[in-house]
Amino acid sequence: MLEYTPDRRPTGGLRLPAHKEASTAQPIARGFVPGTLILALQQHQGPPTTPVVRRGERVLKGQVVARARALRSAAVHASTSGHVRAIEDRLVPSVHAIHRTRCIVIDADGEDETRPGSGAAWPKDPEEQLEHIRDGGIVGLGGGVFPTAEKLRPHTPCKVLIVNGVECEPYISCDDMLMREAAAEIIDGALIMRDLLAAPECIVAVERDKPQAIEALLEAGRASGDASLKLADIPTVYPTGGERQLVEMLTGEEVPSTHYPSEIGYICQNVGTAYALHRLVRAGEPLLSRVVTVAGEGIARPQNVETPIGTPIGELIEFCGGYVGDVDRLILGGSMMGYALPNDEMPITKGSNCLIAAVRREVRQDFSERFCIRCGNCATACPARLLPQELLRAARDNDHALLDEFGLNDCIECGCCDVICPSHIPLTEVFRNAKFAHARYQRQEVFSAETQQRFKRHEERKRANVQRGKARQDHLRHEVETDEAARQKAIEAAIKRARQRRGNDSDAE
Amino acid sequence: MLIGTVVLAGLALGLCAVLVLTDRLLPAGRDPVAEQVESLLPRIQCAQCGYPGCRPYAEAIAAGDADINRCPPGGEETVRRLADLLGREVPALDTTLGNASMNRVARIDERNCIGCNRCVPVCPVDAVVGVQQTIHAVIAAHCTGCELCLAHCPVDCIDLVSRDA
Repeated sequence: MLEYTPDRRPTGGLRLPAHKEASTAQPIARGFVPGTLILALQQHQGPPTTPVVRRGERVLKGQVVARARALRSAAVHASTSGHVRAIEDRLVPSVHAIHRTRCIVIDADGEDETRPGSGAAWPKDPEEQLEHIRDGGIVGLGGGVFPTAEKLRPHTPCKVLIVNGVECEPYISCDDMLMREAAAEIIDGALIMRDLLAAPECIVAVERDKPQAIEALLEAGRASGDASLKLADIPTVYPTGGERQLVEMLTGEEVPSTHYPSEIGYICQNVGTAYALHRLVRAGEPLLSRVVTVAGEGIARPQNVETPIGTPIGELIEFCGGYVGDVDRLILGGSMMGYALPNDEMPITKGSNCLIAAVRREVRQDFSERFCIRCGNCATACPARLLPQELLRAARDNDHALLDEFGLNDCIECGCCDVICPSHIPLTEVFRNAKFAHARYQRQEVFSAETQQRFKRHEERKRANVQRGKARQDHLRHEVETDEAARQKAIEAAIKRARQRRGNDSDAE
Repeated sequence: MLIGTVVLAGLALGLCAVLVLTDRLLPAGRDPVAEQVESLLPRIQCAQCGYPGCRPYAEAIAAGDADINRCPPGGEETVRRLADLLGREVPALDTTLGNASMNRVARIDERNCIGCNRCVPVCPVDAVVGVQQTIHAVIAAHCTGCELCLAHCPVDCIDLVSRDA
């Protein structure tokens, strides 16, 4: 397995303190069984799943509790054994925000009894293999939760499969620990994906600050003996692990803002996804758990935990020794792109990679915002090559044309501009809100334009109708006034109509 | 001197004639100001401004015949944008004209509809479907909530409901 260093520098980005020492000091904790499971029916980007269990039913570990209907979906499995308590709406954290979603709530019985047999065997037919992945519940575990089956069926031939081990956001270390402990499994999963995609090349990308992970992966790569594998070590700059940023870093090609990387021939898959695929194919085990980093100074024992999907966050924190000190904020995700949770009753989903219980001194306290001094630091830091100060002006003026021009929708909300701004302007927050407002405005504009067209057609039809009626009247009048025969005919027809009407009336009597 | 005068006078006359002719003969172009004003209006054709549609209102604004605060569905946001465009003061929205809103759509109560077909032709965007003697229905995705159909229903079976409901 060839190790190389890409000769490009990342666009923008920041070097941030990693805060990963505490959670990487010990191996991933395994064997945690929660007391309750809250399994959301929609833990992926795509149509929700349909529950196939009833209230009161006993379910076993590995059993499907909700089935996927489309390929762009992923089944949900019980991650431990127990009884279905309810199927109800709960608040569930998803990629960018908290949503009220239908959930299957299971009371675990603590026996952790596995479904007998090892599940369906890995099929031969590629189409069936994709369905198998969907029914195995596998989604992108890097946080995007895009259904893996759909992503492994690209419309453009795949040039390079990129296995993303660039875990650049502070605090998060779940991928790092997984690469250290399960490098061979990850390489195997990557090769399964490469075969499915028929990709000629497979690059595993890891940041330079993870020497143990790189060492383990190189060894596993050499052991596999596959010549298409390469390992790229990436400079430690946030947010190089973003899909678009990573593709550009490795290939030099910028992904157009209107396209997905897969549409120009590059597929990125997270190392956790590769591991999950390996488990599914080699052991018949669907996606039941994921590694979650529990970090922050407000946690008694910060560590990485192999957490069953659906575990309530509070139980996971109990497992890590509970809260210590004055916890200021509970954050789901990393310190840059994560968001604060209102309570710890919500579940870990397939996309939850990190949980930070931050004490007061870890959280940037609210500085008062000052005027933009147009220093341009934000533009230098922006990995998407945007001009945040111009966007800010457009967003605060509600100038939608300008927002489009400056590429609001290309903002990946990484938070770099926010951190670097000397005037403490909450840029990312402004952009996130502006995106919602902008989308609403665009929908409204489309509706208004369509309405205008409908009105125009309505008016034209009305005018045409009036004209046609008038033309017909004119024609008839002209005929009876000039042609004696036609006049007689018209009179006879009128008499006949009148008689008929009278006849009908007498019938009615 | 003479030649110069004649040539210049001739040029002036000739170009004048061209200008007059193009003005007379070519079809009148659309008023660019009215066009811009119209693009800022919500274009739901509710006619609550007193003009028979958004275009006529836009033309009246462009001609200086109408105030810019007569669009209830656009609300204060539209008034503000119009004032921005035309460089005027921002007047208060005239709230006496009506309260059409794009957040609402018409819904026909099927238990009471008698299939009289009177609401169909008055809908400016053809959102009501149905023929005589059958129950009518509103295509919610097309309905603009303009309220024009309400007055034409003899049995008062049309309600406005929230668009999301």
